[in-house]
Amino acid sequence: MDDFLAARSQMALSLGFHIIFSCIGMVMPFFMSVSHFQWLRHGDESYKNLTKAWSKGVAIFFATGAVSGTVLSFELGLLWPRFMEHAGPIFGMPFSLEGTAFFIEAIALGFFLYGWDKFNPWFHWFTGVVVGVSGLASGILVVSANAWMNSPSGFDYVNGKYLNIDPIQAMFNDAWLSQALHMSLAAFAATGFAVAGVHAVMILKRKNVRFHLHAFQIAALFGTIAAVFQPLSGDFSAKDVARRQPAKLAAMEAHFHTEKSASLVLGGLPNEDQQRVDYAIKIPGMLSFLAHGNFEQEVTGLDRIPAENRPPVVVPHLAFQIMVGLGMFMMALSVLYFWALWRKRQWLRASWFLKLFVAAIPAGFIAVEAGWTVTEVGRQPWIMYGIMRTADAVTPMPGIAYSFYLFTAVYLSLSLIVIFLLYRQIKMVPELYDRPAQQLAAA
Amino acid sequence: MSYVVITYLCLAIWLYLLLGGADFGAGIMELFTSGKNRRTARQTMSHAIGPIWEANHMWLIIAVVILFVGFPRIYSVMSVSLHIPLLIMLLGIIARGTAFVFRHYDAVKDDMQMVYNRIFVLSSAITPFFLGIIAASVLAGYVDPAAPDFMSAYVFSWLHWFAVGVGVFTVALCGYLASVYSIGEAETEADKRYFIRKTQLMTVIAFAAGGLVFLAAVIEKIPLWQWVFGNIVGTAAVVLASISLGIMAYAVRKEKTVLPRILAGFQVTMILLAIGYRHFPDFIVMKDAPNLSLLHDQAPEATMNALGWALLLGSIFILPALYYLYYSFQHEAKEHSEAASA
Repeated sequence: MDDFLAARSQMALSLGFHIIFSCIGMVMPFFMSVSHFQWLRHGDESYKNLTKAWSKGVAIFFATGAVSGTVLSFELGLLWPRFMEHAGPIFGMPFSLEGTAFFIEAIALGFFLYGWDKFNPWFHWFTGVVVGVSGLASGILVVSANAWMNSPSGFDYVNGKYLNIDPIQAMFNDAWLSQALHMSLAAFAATGFAVAGVHAVMILKRKNVRFHLHAFQIAALFGTIAAVFQPLSGDFSAKDVARRQPAKLAAMEAHFHTEKSASLVLGGLPNEDQQRVDYAIKIPGMLSFLAHGNFEQEVTGLDRIPAENRPPVVVPHLAFQIMVGLGMFMMALSVLYFWALWRKRQWLRASWFLKLFVAAIPAGFIAVEAGWTVTEVGRQPWIMYGIMRTADAVTPMPGIAYSFYLFTAVYLSLSLIVIFLLYRQIKMVPELYDRPAQQLAAA
Repeated sequence: MSYVVITYLCLAIWLYLLLGGADFGAGIMELFTSGKNRRTARQTMSHAIGPIWEANHMWLIIAVVILFVGFPRIYSVMSVSLHIPLLIMLLGIIARGTAFVFRHYDAVKDDMQMVYNRIFVLSSAITPFFLGIIAASVLAGYVDPAAPDFMSAYVFSWLHWFAVGVGVFTVALCGYLASVYSIGEAETEADKRYFIRKTQLMTVIAFAAGGLVFLAAVIEKIPLWQWVFGNIVGTAAVVLASISLGIMAYAVRKEKTVLPRILAGFQVTMILLAIGYRHFPDFIVMKDAPNLSLLHDQAPEATMNALGWALLLGSIFILPALYYLYYSFQHEAKEHSEAASA
């Protein structure tokens, strides 16, 4: 494996790992707070137990996310020193603010985890909310830094020099709003569906049903609302990408030839040599409509992009199809859920209905990874769009392949251990969080 | 504003060494403890570092962010020349952080606890060892990004006796900090006496390790003696640290809890000052190239201003909350131990 590919793979692996942990770490505190609110408001013991159980999950994900985030702050330099040397002062602002947000999150989590029965109950509840809000703020800030790589701004690039740096303008670059919105909704949808699905499994097994039913309802509410709004934010993002990064749009849509009234390519396998897409369904005029808002307008194809500036096509296109497909599935399931809440209450306990949610456990996170692949691979060959190439940013140190193998082994074993831990947490629910006696008392 | 940023950088490194160092030390103490005492040590330390350990980790991130935003050249040179020790330190941080969480939050307490412990203890020693190596390499003058061959560019930049000496010394200091800290956390008289003995042992080890650093400096022809005793501040720092060791012996014998902690923190601060003062504002001493300095290798002014304000604003939120967190749990721990002794 050559060093450049190894560096990219290691970065992809580290981010791909971190993105899951940070999504869960920033969304689950909101579930926890809703459950905590229910307990404080209505005094239903099972909500208290649920809050405690979820807070353990939050702690595991927060700490693992904190560690993988620390690693990333070093990896940026270890793998891309030439990028960081120039980009650091420009796009560093969101990172410095994120430091604060994350610190507040850690402090609030300290209060929350160890503050049971020690503080005013509403202060204790409030610290849980702070965990969620500051986590979400961290996420948005980091995405804003990534958005800057897609849409560099806040400086003048003159003869290879970065002049007139304005870190605030860099933070509010053209891409930050659409990306931050899409990522935040994605985090809520993915975590909501995953958590709801896990509790659906337990309901299907008829274990601690009341406990898991409460959990399911809270997680599903967040997940489904986010999933319904996500396509709207996706549309906003697509129009934004069409305007800013026509090459990325062309790659994700496998749109090789510039044309008016361009058709939308669904599925299919792009053939980059022959510049065509095999086995695809084409909807005439639809791409023009989705990208620019009317069925006639010309959509820039890859043929207008100089060969050395073209991103790969197969990976972004397939990843994009996966993301959209799963997004549609989750939206459909959400609509079904709302229908059930409104008209068909009996579905909520029906096993076919719960099984649909079980099937959706990984959907959101696969979509998150796929969407992230689209935005990162679609930006290639640039690390800083239009300014610096990824290949020029990589560390001069040889032998990165070995560090990639090492990280693969570490992250793989960490993932396995986390899954193992969660499995044990869930398995122990009857003993730790919801004893049969309590259940009887509650019933 | 650049001085504000530099102050925060020093503050973050200092707090990471003090608070994070005590965390690492908790694991190191386990390494030096055997049999039934290990359980006592572990329980005490786990109780003591539980609530706040996540927060301690943040100082390192803040230091790194300040470096890459405010001093990008320093960050990039370190990342390239010290890639390998940084990588090992990171693996240590991953292993330690996750092992601690896992052993804390595993719902079933079984043989897996042994695995978590072993990883925790081992990585608690490896991480500060490499932190020490990195700190030493930055000052030792072997960093040479222009070196023609792999070994001198990426290995000999950090693999030398001085760095090894400082690595060992850092580990010893962490153990020392943790043992002092643990005296106040002991719940019974027997535990307390045990931790006092431990502290005495750790003091001797730290002292010996400090001697090793000077020896290593002589071998590597690094004028460490000159750095420390060549100016009034360095000399004064060493003298004050030695005096405070005397007070420490007295305070420990009198079974004070807070005073030894302050003194230990003071001693570590003096050690940092003694070595750092002579070099300021240089951050990386280069081989065959101008040193990288905190004053000359800064980001443009607009960035330094924004970064400075971000840090100041952040402190307004963080410091009171952090203080209240420490206060609440110290207060609670006190009541807890009073109840135990009553």
